[in-house]
Amino acid sequence: MSLETITLDHLPSSHEVHAVLFRDVKNAPFLHQQLLARNSDFEYGLVDASVVVSRLQLLSAVFKATLTAVNGALKTPNVHSEIVIALNSSSNIADSYRRFGISPSTKDLIAVKVTFPAEDGTEPLTSEQIWEHLKANVEGEALAITDDNISAATDLAKVRKYYKLNGLKWLDDIKDEKLKLKEVETLVIGGMALRGV
Amino acid sequence: MATPSAEPAAAQTHHQFPLPKILEYPASTPPTLITQGAEGRLYRSTYLVPDLPCALKYRPPKPWRHPTLDQRLTKHRILSEARILAKCRRDGVRVPAIYAVDETAGWLMLEWIHGGPIRARINERLGKRTEGIAEDAELKDLMRRMGAAVGKMHQVGVVHGDLTTSNLMLNPSPASADSDSKNFLDGEVVIIDLGLASGSTSEEDRAVDLYVLERAFGSTHPRAECVFSELLDAYRGMFKQAPGVLKKLEDVRMRGRKRSMLG
Ligand SMILES: Nc1ncnc2c1ncn2[C@@H]1O[C@H](COP(=O)(O)OP(=O)(O)OP(=O)(O)O)[C@@H](O)[C@H]1O
Ligand SMILES: [Mg+2]
Repeated sequence: MSLETITLDHLPSSHEVHAVLFRDVKNAPFLHQQLLARNSDFEYGLVDASVVVSRLQLLSAVFKATLTAVNGALKTPNVHSEIVIALNSSSNIADSYRRFGISPSTKDLIAVKVTFPAEDGTEPLTSEQIWEHLKANVEGEALAITDDNISAATDLAKVRKYYKLNGLKWLDDIKDEKLKLKEVETLVIGGMALRGV
Repeated sequence: MATPSAEPAAAQTHHQFPLPKILEYPASTPPTLITQGAEGRLYRSTYLVPDLPCALKYRPPKPWRHPTLDQRLTKHRILSEARILAKCRRDGVRVPAIYAVDETAGWLMLEWIHGGPIRARINERLGKRTEGIAEDAELKDLMRRMGAAVGKMHQVGVVHGDLTTSNLMLNPSPASADSDSKNFLDGEVVIIDLGLASGSTSEEDRAVDLYVLERAFGSTHPRAECVFSELLDAYRGMFKQAPGVLKKLEDVRMRGRKRSMLG
Protein backbone atom coordinates (compact mmCIF):
# COMPACT_ATOMS: atom_id res chain seq x y z
CA MET A 1 0.00 0.00 0.00
CA SER A 2 1.53 3.34 -1.07
CA LEU A 3 -0.92 5.30 1.06
CA GLU A 4 0.87 6.56 4.13
CA THR A 5 -0.74 7.45 7.43
CA ILE A 6 0.92 10.26 9.33
CA THR A 7 0.27 11.97 12.64
CA LEU A 8 1.60 15.50 12.78
CA ASP A 9 3.06 17.28 15.79
CA HIS A 10 0.86 19.89 17.45
CA LEU A 11 -2.44 18.53 16.19
CA PRO A 12 -4.94 16.52 18.23
CA SER A 13 -3.90 12.86 18.02
CA SER A 14 -7.42 12.00 16.92
CA HIS A 15 -6.59 13.61 13.56
CA GLU A 16 -4.79 11.37 11.10
CA VAL A 17 -3.39 12.29 7.74
CA HIS A 18 -3.44 9.85 4.83
CA ALA A 19 -1.52 10.77 1.70
CA VAL A 20 -0.30 9.25 -1.54
CA LEU A 21 1.15 10.41 -4.85
CA PHE A 22 -0.23 9.23 -8.21
CA ARG A 23 1.97 9.61 -11.30
CA ASP A 24 0.65 9.79 -14.86
CA VAL A 25 -2.97 10.05 -13.89
CA LYS A 26 -5.28 9.19 -16.77
CA ASN A 27 -8.64 10.27 -15.37
CA ALA A 28 -8.04 13.75 -13.94
CA PRO A 29 -11.14 15.19 -15.74
CA PHE A 30 -13.32 12.60 -13.98
CA LEU A 31 -11.77 13.32 -10.57
CA HIS A 32 -12.04 17.06 -11.08
CA GLN A 33 -15.69 16.61 -11.99
CA GLN A 34 -16.36 14.75 -8.73
CA LEU A 35 -15.09 17.77 -6.80
CA LEU A 36 -17.20 20.19 -8.82
CA ALA A 37 -20.25 17.97 -8.25
CA ARG A 38 -19.43 17.92 -4.52
CA ASN A 39 -19.55 14.15 -4.51
CA SER A 40 -18.94 13.42 -0.83
CA ASP A 41 -17.25 10.10 -1.63
CA PHE A 42 -14.46 12.19 -3.11
CA GLU A 43 -13.70 14.33 -0.13
CA TYR A 44 -9.97 14.51 -0.61
CA GLY A 45 -7.45 17.26 -0.86
CA LEU A 46 -6.51 16.73 -4.51
CA VAL A 47 -3.32 18.67 -5.16
CA ASP A 48 -1.58 19.11 -8.49
CA ALA A 49 1.85 17.66 -7.70
CA SER A 50 3.66 19.97 -10.14
CA VAL A 51 3.43 22.85 -7.64
CA VAL A 52 4.77 20.87 -4.70
CA VAL A 53 8.52 20.83 -4.04
CA SER A 54 8.73 18.57 -1.01
CA ARG A 55 7.01 16.45 1.56
CA LEU A 56 7.52 19.18 4.16
CA GLN A 57 5.68 21.73 2.02
CA LEU A 58 2.75 19.34 1.60
CA LEU A 59 2.65 18.52 5.31
CA SER A 60 2.82 22.24 6.13
CA ALA A 61 -0.33 22.81 4.11
CA VAL A 62 -2.06 19.86 5.78
CA PHE A 63 -0.99 21.13 9.20
CA LYS A 64 -2.27 24.62 8.53
CA ALA A 65 -5.58 23.39 7.14
CA THR A 66 -6.17 20.95 9.98
CA LEU A 67 -5.32 23.51 12.62
CA THR A 68 -7.74 25.93 10.95
CA ALA A 69 -10.42 23.25 11.04
CA VAL A 70 -9.71 22.45 14.71
CA ASN A 71 -9.96 26.16 15.51
CA GLY A 72 -13.28 26.34 13.65
CA ALA A 73 -11.98 28.98 11.26
CA LEU A 74 -12.29 27.32 7.84
CA LYS A 75 -12.53 29.67 4.88
CA THR A 76 -13.66 26.92 2.51
CA PRO A 77 -16.23 24.08 2.81
CA ASN A 78 -13.97 21.57 4.56
CA VAL A 79 -10.48 20.64 5.68
CA HIS A 80 -9.70 19.12 2.27
CA SER A 81 -10.44 22.20 0.23
CA GLU A 82 -8.59 24.12 2.93
CA ILE A 83 -5.42 22.08 2.20
CA VAL A 84 -5.49 23.35 -1.37
CA ILE A 85 -5.85 26.99 -0.38
CA ALA A 86 -3.24 26.57 2.37
CA LEU A 87 -0.69 25.99 -0.38
CA ASN A 88 -1.22 29.45 -1.79
CA SER A 89 0.98 32.34 -0.68
CA SER A 90 -1.82 34.79 -1.32
CA SER A 91 -5.37 34.76 -0.09
CA ASN A 92 -7.40 34.58 -3.32
CA ILE A 93 -9.48 31.41 -3.02
CA ALA A 94 -10.40 30.96 -6.69
CA ASP A 95 -6.75 31.38 -7.66
CA SER A 96 -5.75 28.82 -5.05
CA TYR A 97 -8.01 26.13 -6.48
CA ARG A 98 -6.88 26.92 -10.02
CA ARG A 99 -3.18 26.86 -9.25
CA PHE A 100 -2.81 24.22 -6.57
CA GLY A 101 -5.83 22.00 -6.93
CA ILE A 102 -6.51 19.25 -9.45
CA SER A 103 -7.53 20.38 -12.94
CA PRO A 104 -8.62 18.32 -15.95
CA SER A 105 -5.04 18.53 -17.25
CA THR A 106 -3.34 17.37 -14.06
CA LYS A 107 -0.76 14.69 -14.74
CA ASP A 108 0.64 13.94 -11.30
CA LEU A 109 -1.64 14.12 -8.31
CA ILE A 110 -1.31 14.10 -4.55
CA ALA A 111 -4.36 12.86 -2.67
CA VAL A 112 -4.72 13.70 1.01
CA LYS A 113 -7.42 12.71 3.44
CA VAL A 114 -7.63 13.94 7.02
CA THR A 115 -9.71 11.72 9.28
CA PHE A 116 -11.08 12.45 12.74
CA PRO A 117 -14.03 11.23 14.82
CA ALA A 118 -17.26 12.88 13.72
CA GLU A 119 -19.31 14.88 16.20
CA ASP A 120 -22.13 12.33 16.04
CA GLY A 121 -19.71 9.59 17.06
CA THR A 122 -19.34 7.95 13.62
CA GLU A 123 -16.00 6.18 13.31
CA PRO A 124 -13.65 7.72 10.75
CA LEU A 125 -12.69 5.74 7.65
CA THR A 126 -9.71 3.46 8.09
CA SER A 127 -6.65 3.80 5.92
CA GLU A 128 -7.54 0.49 4.23
CA GLN A 129 -10.95 1.82 3.25
CA ILE A 130 -9.40 5.02 1.93
CA TRP A 131 -6.81 3.10 -0.02
CA GLU A 132 -9.42 0.78 -1.56
CA HIS A 133 -11.44 3.75 -2.72
CA LEU A 134 -8.47 5.62 -4.17
CA LYS A 135 -7.12 2.53 -5.90
CA ALA A 136 -10.49 1.88 -7.48
CA ASN A 137 -10.97 5.46 -8.67
CA VAL A 138 -7.62 6.99 -9.55
CA GLU A 139 -6.00 5.68 -12.70
CA GLY A 140 -2.32 6.22 -12.12
CA GLU A 141 0.83 4.79 -10.58
CA ALA A 142 0.66 5.07 -6.78
CA LEU A 143 3.88 6.10 -5.03
CA ALA A 144 4.86 7.09 -1.52
CA ILE A 145 5.09 10.85 -0.88
CA THR A 146 8.86 10.98 -0.49
CA ASP A 147 10.95 13.99 -1.49
CA ASP A 148 12.40 12.04 -4.40
CA ASN A 149 9.03 11.01 -5.77
CA ILE A 150 7.69 14.52 -5.36
CA SER A 151 10.74 16.11 -7.03
CA ALA A 152 10.22 14.02 -10.13
CA ALA A 153 6.82 15.67 -10.57
CA THR A 154 7.77 19.25 -9.63
CA ASP A 155 7.61 22.06 -12.20
CA LEU A 156 10.14 24.42 -10.61
CA ALA A 157 9.49 27.26 -13.05
CA LYS A 158 5.82 27.21 -12.07
CA VAL A 159 6.68 27.04 -8.38
CA ARG A 160 8.98 30.03 -8.68
CA LYS A 161 6.31 31.97 -10.54
CA TYR A 162 3.47 31.15 -8.14
CA TYR A 163 5.54 31.92 -5.05
CA LYS A 164 7.12 35.02 -6.62
CA LEU A 165 10.66 33.69 -6.39
CA ASN A 166 11.94 35.01 -9.67
CA GLY A 167 14.70 37.61 -9.83
CA LEU A 168 16.31 36.59 -6.53
CA LYS A 169 19.94 36.77 -7.51
CA TRP A 170 21.35 35.13 -4.38
CA LEU A 171 19.05 32.15 -5.05
CA ASP A 172 20.02 31.85 -8.70
CA ASP A 173 23.66 32.03 -7.66
CA ILE A 174 23.48 28.87 -5.54
CA LYS A 175 25.33 26.20 -7.51
CA ASP A 176 24.42 23.17 -5.42
CA GLU A 177 20.99 22.14 -6.75
CA LYS A 178 20.03 20.34 -3.55
CA LEU A 179 20.82 23.39 -1.47
CA LYS A 180 18.92 25.59 -3.89
CA LEU A 181 15.84 23.38 -3.63
CA LYS A 182 16.08 23.54 0.16
CA GLU A 183 16.09 27.36 0.00
CA VAL A 184 13.13 27.30 -2.39
CA GLU A 185 11.28 25.02 0.03
CA THR A 186 12.00 27.41 2.90
CA LEU A 187 10.73 30.42 0.94
CA VAL A 188 7.66 28.52 -0.19
CA ILE A 189 6.75 27.45 3.36
CA GLY A 190 7.34 31.00 4.60
CA GLY A 191 5.10 32.36 1.84
CA MET A 192 2.38 29.87 2.75
CA ALA A 193 2.65 30.79 6.43
CA LEU A 194 2.14 34.46 5.62
CA ARG A 195 -0.51 33.94 2.90
CA GLY A 196 -0.20 37.50 1.73
CA VAL A 197 -0.83 39.16 5.11
CA MET B 1 2.78 4.84 11.07
CA ALA B 2 4.12 7.36 13.59
CA THR B 3 3.02 6.75 17.13
CA PRO B 4 1.43 9.75 18.78
CA SER B 5 2.71 10.60 22.24
CA ALA B 6 0.27 10.76 25.12
CA GLU B 7 -2.12 13.66 25.00
CA PRO B 8 -1.83 16.33 26.14
CA ALA B 9 1.90 16.95 26.13
CA ALA B 10 1.39 19.37 29.00
CA ALA B 11 0.55 16.48 31.25
CA GLN B 12 3.98 14.93 30.80
CA THR B 13 6.06 17.86 31.93
CA HIS B 14 5.34 20.39 34.57
CA HIS B 15 4.99 23.85 33.10
CA GLN B 16 5.36 26.95 35.14
CA PHE B 17 3.20 28.99 32.79
CA PRO B 18 0.03 27.94 31.00
CA LEU B 19 1.02 26.66 27.56
CA PRO B 20 -0.38 28.21 24.41
CA LYS B 21 -3.11 25.92 23.08
CA ILE B 22 -1.01 24.82 20.12
CA LEU B 23 1.57 23.32 22.47
CA GLU B 24 -1.02 21.33 24.40
CA TYR B 25 -1.42 18.99 21.45
CA PRO B 26 0.96 16.04 21.35
CA ALA B 27 4.36 16.40 19.77
CA SER B 28 7.28 14.04 19.40
CA THR B 29 9.37 16.35 21.59
CA PRO B 30 7.58 17.94 24.55
CA PRO B 31 7.94 21.73 24.45
CA THR B 32 10.61 23.27 26.68
CA LEU B 33 10.53 26.85 27.82
CA ILE B 34 13.77 28.52 26.75
CA THR B 35 13.24 32.11 27.77
CA GLN B 36 10.57 34.16 29.45
CA GLY B 37 10.92 37.81 28.49
CA ALA B 38 8.85 40.85 29.32
CA GLU B 39 6.76 40.52 26.16
CA GLY B 40 6.81 36.89 25.32
CA ARG B 41 8.08 33.39 25.80
CA LEU B 42 10.20 31.22 23.64
CA TYR B 43 9.71 27.47 23.54
CA ARG B 44 11.67 24.78 21.80
CA SER B 45 9.62 22.05 20.16
CA THR B 46 9.34 20.27 16.82
CA TYR B 47 7.56 21.22 13.62
CA LEU B 48 5.41 18.48 12.05
CA VAL B 49 7.95 15.69 12.36
CA PRO B 50 10.31 14.44 15.10
CA ASP B 51 13.53 15.49 13.37
CA LEU B 52 12.72 19.12 12.72
CA PRO B 53 13.28 21.27 15.82
CA CYS B 54 11.52 24.62 15.95
CA ALA B 55 11.26 27.72 18.08
CA LEU B 56 7.79 28.86 19.10
CA LYS B 57 7.60 32.52 19.98
CA TYR B 58 4.47 33.17 21.98
CA ARG B 59 3.00 36.44 23.18
CA PRO B 60 0.50 35.55 25.89
CA PRO B 61 -2.53 37.74 26.58
CA LYS B 62 -1.80 40.59 28.99
CA PRO B 63 -4.53 40.52 31.63
CA TRP B 64 -3.92 44.16 32.55
CA ARG B 65 -4.72 45.36 29.05
CA HIS B 66 -8.15 45.74 27.53
CA PRO B 67 -8.80 42.40 25.73
CA THR B 68 -9.68 43.94 22.37
CA LEU B 69 -6.73 46.28 22.41
CA ASP B 70 -4.46 43.47 23.61
CA GLN B 71 -5.55 41.18 20.77
CA ARG B 72 -4.96 43.92 18.26
CA LEU B 73 -1.50 44.79 19.55
CA THR B 74 -0.41 41.15 19.74
CA LYS B 75 -1.68 40.48 16.23
CA HIS B 76 0.12 43.52 14.93
CA ARG B 77 3.43 42.62 16.55
CA ILE B 78 3.34 38.98 15.45
CA LEU B 79 2.52 39.93 11.87
CA SER B 80 5.07 42.68 11.77
CA GLU B 81 7.84 40.34 12.92
CA ALA B 82 6.70 37.64 10.50
CA ARG B 83 6.64 40.04 7.55
CA ILE B 84 10.10 41.38 8.31
CA LEU B 85 11.49 37.85 8.69
CA ALA B 86 9.96 36.86 5.36
CA LYS B 87 11.38 39.92 3.65
CA CYS B 88 14.86 39.31 5.06
CA ARG B 89 14.78 35.68 4.07
CA ARG B 90 13.68 36.48 0.50
CA ASP B 91 16.41 39.04 0.18
CA GLY B 92 19.05 36.59 1.34
CA VAL B 93 19.61 37.86 4.90
CA ARG B 94 20.21 34.97 7.26
CA VAL B 95 17.32 35.01 9.75
CA PRO B 96 15.25 32.06 11.02
CA ALA B 97 12.86 30.60 8.44
CA ILE B 98 9.14 30.92 9.19
CA TYR B 99 7.21 27.68 9.49
CA ALA B 100 3.79 28.82 10.65
CA VAL B 101 2.01 31.90 12.01
CA ASP B 102 -1.16 32.23 14.07
CA GLU B 103 -1.43 35.91 14.83
CA THR B 104 -4.82 35.51 16.50
CA ALA B 105 -3.44 32.95 18.94
CA GLY B 106 -0.29 35.07 19.32
CA TRP B 107 2.46 32.76 18.08
CA LEU B 108 5.11 32.38 15.44
CA MET B 109 6.82 29.08 14.67
CA LEU B 110 10.39 29.46 13.45
CA GLU B 111 13.38 27.46 12.39
CA TRP B 112 15.43 26.42 15.42
CA ILE B 113 18.88 27.98 15.30
CA HIS B 114 21.53 25.79 16.88
CA GLY B 115 24.61 27.13 18.57
CA GLY B 116 23.26 29.76 20.94
CA PRO B 117 23.48 33.55 21.20
CA ILE B 118 26.80 35.18 20.33
CA ARG B 119 26.82 36.81 23.78
CA ALA B 120 27.47 33.44 25.39
CA ARG B 121 29.98 32.40 22.74
CA ILE B 122 32.04 35.55 23.19
CA ASN B 123 31.93 35.24 26.97
CA GLU B 124 33.10 31.63 26.78
CA ARG B 125 35.83 32.70 24.43
CA LEU B 126 37.04 35.51 26.68
CA GLY B 127 36.92 33.48 29.86
CA LYS B 128 39.04 35.23 32.44
CA ARG B 129 41.44 36.59 29.87
CA THR B 130 42.50 40.22 30.05
CA GLU B 131 45.36 40.11 27.58
CA GLY B 132 45.71 39.29 23.92
CA ILE B 133 42.07 40.04 23.15
CA ALA B 134 42.89 42.70 20.58
CA GLU B 135 45.03 40.11 18.77
CA ASP B 136 42.46 37.28 18.88
CA ALA B 137 42.13 36.51 15.17
CA GLU B 138 39.12 34.20 15.52
CA LEU B 139 37.25 36.71 17.64
CA LYS B 140 38.05 39.48 15.19
CA ASP B 141 36.83 37.31 12.35
CA LEU B 142 33.55 36.74 14.18
CA MET B 143 33.20 40.50 14.66
CA ARG B 144 33.66 40.96 10.92
CA ARG B 145 30.98 38.38 10.16
CA MET B 146 28.64 40.18 12.56
CA GLY B 147 29.33 43.45 10.76
CA ALA B 148 28.64 41.78 7.42
CA ALA B 149 25.34 40.34 8.69
CA VAL B 150 24.13 43.70 10.00
CA GLY B 151 25.32 45.40 6.82
CA LYS B 152 23.42 42.94 4.67
CA MET B 153 20.24 43.51 6.68
CA HIS B 154 20.61 47.29 6.34
CA GLN B 155 21.33 46.92 2.66
CA VAL B 156 17.97 45.25 2.01
CA GLY B 157 16.20 48.06 3.86
CA VAL B 158 15.59 46.66 7.33
CA VAL B 159 16.68 48.15 10.65
CA HIS B 160 16.55 45.86 13.68
CA GLY B 161 15.65 48.12 16.58
CA ASP B 162 17.23 45.96 19.29
CA LEU B 163 20.67 44.82 18.18
CA THR B 164 22.57 43.07 20.96
CA THR B 165 24.84 40.03 21.10
CA SER B 166 21.82 38.14 22.48
CA ASN B 167 19.91 38.76 19.29
CA LEU B 168 22.70 37.46 17.10
CA MET B 169 23.17 33.70 17.01
CA LEU B 170 26.09 31.64 15.80
CA ASN B 171 24.80 28.70 13.83
CA PRO B 172 27.55 26.10 13.42
CA SER B 173 27.83 25.06 9.77
CA PRO B 174 27.52 21.30 9.27
CA ALA B 175 31.20 21.26 8.33
CA SER B 176 32.34 22.94 11.54
CA ALA B 177 30.42 20.38 13.59
CA ASP B 178 33.04 17.87 12.39
CA SER B 179 35.73 17.06 14.88
CA ASP B 180 38.53 18.30 12.63
CA SER B 181 37.38 21.91 12.81
CA LYS B 182 39.52 23.81 15.28
CA ASN B 183 37.84 27.18 15.12
CA PHE B 184 35.52 27.48 18.08
CA LEU B 185 33.83 30.60 16.70
CA ASP B 186 33.09 29.16 13.25
CA GLY B 187 29.60 29.34 11.91
CA GLU B 188 27.02 31.50 10.31
CA VAL B 189 25.76 34.66 12.03
CA VAL B 190 21.97 34.55 12.23
CA ILE B 191 19.98 37.64 13.22
CA ILE B 192 17.00 36.90 15.46
CA ASP B 193 14.29 38.76 17.39
CA LEU B 194 12.98 41.13 14.73
CA GLY B 195 10.07 42.09 16.95
CA LEU B 196 11.10 45.74 16.95
CA ALA B 197 12.44 45.83 13.39
CA SER B 198 11.06 48.02 10.63
CA GLY B 199 11.64 48.87 7.03
CA SER B 200 13.97 51.85 6.70
CA THR B 201 16.82 53.03 4.55
CA SER B 202 17.47 56.21 6.50
CA GLU B 203 21.04 56.92 7.47
CA GLU B 204 19.90 58.02 10.90
CA ASP B 205 17.95 54.81 11.64
CA ARG B 206 20.83 52.66 10.48
CA ALA B 207 23.31 54.63 12.56
CA VAL B 208 21.11 54.31 15.65
CA ASP B 209 20.98 50.54 15.07
CA LEU B 210 24.78 50.42 15.11
CA TYR B 211 24.94 52.71 18.13
CA VAL B 212 22.58 50.48 20.11
CA LEU B 213 24.76 47.48 19.24
CA GLU B 214 27.93 49.34 20.14
CA ARG B 215 26.56 50.34 23.54
CA ALA B 216 25.18 46.89 24.25
CA PHE B 217 28.45 45.31 23.21
CA GLY B 218 30.46 47.64 25.42
CA SER B 219 28.43 46.86 28.49
CA THR B 220 28.11 43.10 27.86
CA HIS B 221 31.71 42.52 26.78
CA PRO B 222 33.73 45.46 28.16
CA ARG B 223 37.04 43.62 27.71
CA ALA B 224 36.34 43.06 24.04
CA GLU B 225 35.48 46.67 23.20
CA CYS B 226 38.87 46.87 21.47
CA VAL B 227 37.68 44.58 18.66
CA PHE B 228 34.36 46.35 17.95
CA SER B 229 36.02 48.43 15.23
CA GLU B 230 36.38 45.19 13.22
CA LEU B 231 32.59 44.96 13.04
CA LEU B 232 32.25 48.51 11.80
CA ASP B 233 35.05 48.01 9.32
CA ALA B 234 33.35 44.97 7.77
CA TYR B 235 30.04 46.87 7.75
CA ARG B 236 31.67 49.65 5.74
CA GLY B 237 32.33 47.33 2.83
CA MET B 238 28.82 45.89 2.61
CA PHE B 239 26.86 48.49 0.66
CA LYS B 240 27.22 51.83 -1.03
CA GLN B 241 25.65 53.97 1.71
CA ALA B 242 27.59 52.29 4.56
CA PRO B 243 30.36 54.93 4.84
CA GLY B 244 27.67 57.61 5.21
CA VAL B 245 26.03 55.62 7.98
CA LEU B 246 29.34 55.37 9.84
CA LYS B 247 29.78 59.13 9.52
CA LYS B 248 26.32 59.56 10.97
CA LEU B 249 27.22 57.17 13.78
CA GLU B 250 29.74 59.74 15.00
CA ASP B 251 26.92 62.32 15.37
CA VAL B 252 24.73 59.80 17.15
CA ARG B 253 27.55 58.99 19.59
CA MET B 254 28.05 62.68 20.24
CA ARG B 255 24.38 63.17 21.01
CA GLY B 256 24.50 60.13 23.26
CA ARG B 257 27.41 61.55 25.20
CA LYS B 258 25.73 64.94 25.60
CA ARG B 259 22.59 63.28 26.82
CA SER B 260 24.44 61.25 29.41
CA MET B 261 26.34 64.36 30.55
CA LEU B 262 23.03 66.14 31.13
CA GLY B 263 22.03 63.02 33.08
N1 LIG C 1 14.93 30.68 16.16
C1 LIG C 1 15.55 30.46 17.32
N2 LIG C 1 16.32 29.36 17.50
C2 LIG C 1 16.94 29.14 18.68
N3 LIG C 1 16.86 29.95 19.74
C3 LIG C 1 16.12 31.05 19.63
C4 LIG C 1 15.43 31.39 18.43
N4 LIG C 1 14.78 32.53 18.61
C5 LIG C 1 15.07 32.92 19.87
N5 LIG C 1 15.87 32.05 20.50
C6 LIG C 1 16.37 32.14 21.89
O1 LIG C 1 15.39 32.74 22.69
C7 LIG C 1 15.79 34.02 23.19
C8 LIG C 1 14.64 34.99 23.13
O2 LIG C 1 14.16 35.12 21.82
P1 LIG C 1 13.77 36.53 21.22
O3 LIG C 1 14.89 37.47 21.47
O4 LIG C 1 13.32 36.36 19.83
O5 LIG C 1 12.50 36.85 22.12
P2 LIG C 1 12.06 38.13 22.93
O6 LIG C 1 10.77 37.77 23.57
O7 LIG C 1 12.08 39.32 22.08
O8 LIG C 1 13.13 38.24 24.04
P3 LIG C 1 13.77 39.56 24.63
O9 LIG C 1 13.06 40.75 24.09
O10 LIG C 1 13.65 39.37 26.10
O11 LIG C 1 15.20 39.49 24.14
C9 LIG C 1 16.99 34.41 22.32
O12 LIG C 1 17.89 35.22 22.96
C10 LIG C 1 17.58 33.05 21.97
O13 LIG C 1 18.42 32.59 22.99
MG1 LIG D 1 15.72 39.09 22.32
